Amino acid sequence: MRDFAEQRHPEIEVSGLRIKRDGKRLLDIDRLVLNGPGPLMILGPNGAGKSLLLRCLHGLIQPDGGVVRQDGQEMGLADRLQQAMVFQRPVLLRRSVAGNLNFVLRRQGFDRHLRGARVAELLAEGGLEGKARQPARSLSGGEAQRLAILRALATDPEVLFLDEPTSALDPQATQAIEALIAAAARRGVRIIMVTHDIGQARRLGQDILLMQGGRVAEQAEATAFFTKPESQAARRFLSGGLVI
Amino acid sequence: MQNFAEELRHAMVLILSGDRDLWEIVLLSLRVSVFAVLIAALLGMPLGAALAVGRFPGRRGVIILVNALMGLPPVVVGLLVYLCLSRSGPLGVLQLLYTPSAMIIAQVVLVTPIITALTRQTVETLNAEYAEQLRSLGVSRLASVPTLLWDGRLALLTALLAGFGRAIAEVGAVIMVGGNINHVTRVMTTTIALETSKGNLALALALGVILIALAVSMTACVSLLIQRSDVEGLHHA
Repeated sequence: MRDFAEQRHPEIEVSGLRIKRDGKRLLDIDRLVLNGPGPLMILGPNGAGKSLLLRCLHGLIQPDGGVVRQDGQEMGLADRLQQAMVFQRPVLLRRSVAGNLNFVLRRQGFDRHLRGARVAELLAEGGLEGKARQPARSLSGGEAQRLAILRALATDPEVLFLDEPTSALDPQATQAIEALIAAAARRGVRIIMVTHDIGQARRLGQDILLMQGGRVAEQAEATAFFTKPESQAARRFLSGGLVI
Repeated sequence: MQNFAEELRHAMVLILSGDRDLWEIVLLSLRVSVFAVLIAALLGMPLGAALAVGRFPGRRGVIILVNALMGLPPVVVGLLVYLCLSRSGPLGVLQLLYTPSAMIIAQVVLVTPIITALTRQTVETLNAEYAEQLRSLGVSRLASVPTLLWDGRLALLTALLAGFGRAIAEVGAVIMVGGNINHVTRVMTTTIALETSKGNLALALALGVILIALAVSMTACVSLLIQRSDVEGLHHA
């Protein structure tokens, strides 16, 4: 596992990113550079293109135009294999909790006896000790999301994309997930996360990206964004006004 | 009515006394149908999964064709397999006509489209849920097939059950390619048809009871398994 000292911060650059569906422009970003080492929170109203941007960055969606580069090179399969993504609704395999983690570890080339120790370590990290043999799909919402995050972390990613991982979870479950994300960030995993929760963005974010109508409305360091927002969209968003 | 009761009593005696002829027929039926379903599963499951995750020109046409083949008329299948296996047919050299192997081939032709179509449907539904997550974990479209088949295992059991039901209840095709030869290719369904026409209702009824018992017990086992897995959260969410 990477540790903080040897963390690498790949610079992700997006240029000319366009996605259009049924004549409607869903994503339209001329240039965007994501190079801060800390967690980046992507904020914005529904339909702003946050999740779409995340999927483009991770290569799950091919844009109609534009390119995503990492460290100056067009992002390829090798880069994408160094990334992982956690979805709003956790997608767990129909097997046990340990089975979900083993699925990834087996692909990572962990040999059988090392896998057991790594699974135990991951479960302890996520507070899921004692649930190894439980069917994953019988976990509560918060536990399921924690397992999805642990499974993503089991791939030892450089970049972890999270798409509203705590939506519809209670504060206690949210706290446990935020702790996992913060710990991963401290270990050097680059966090790029979509959230609707301004409080969460304040707690976790080092950089903020505000999106509106498929475009970037503002990109700033978190303290600056929350204290001196530059765009009107950001000011309205932070004051609780409707940003459409 | 009294006659029917008497025949039923004779049928039960045949079953419970372990009548050698009767159980020979039952075992041959099971052997033929189980083999046919296993071969059909080996062909149909990967094919169904490939149709579910693959993207190629003509895919929609292939799916329509496979769905249409689920309703293949057994006598037509029997005729085609007969023509292939008859002495002058392309596979005549194998001399399989009027053997249990010929019956297995006919049943494989009938069952494979059922298993393929049901597998395609199951895997496609599961793939809609899993695709992005598996890509994110570095699993390619093709490499995701074993995962999808394994995670859809309970629904696929139902597909196997549907295939087995079709195979074990089949009459038309197996009588054409098997010939209903005593102690060689006589199975439950062909015997029921023959013995009923001869007026030997006891044997026909005994086989009918066993056939129904087999169908009910297998369906019950699969249903219990699915129910148990539902409780454990292994089945659909």
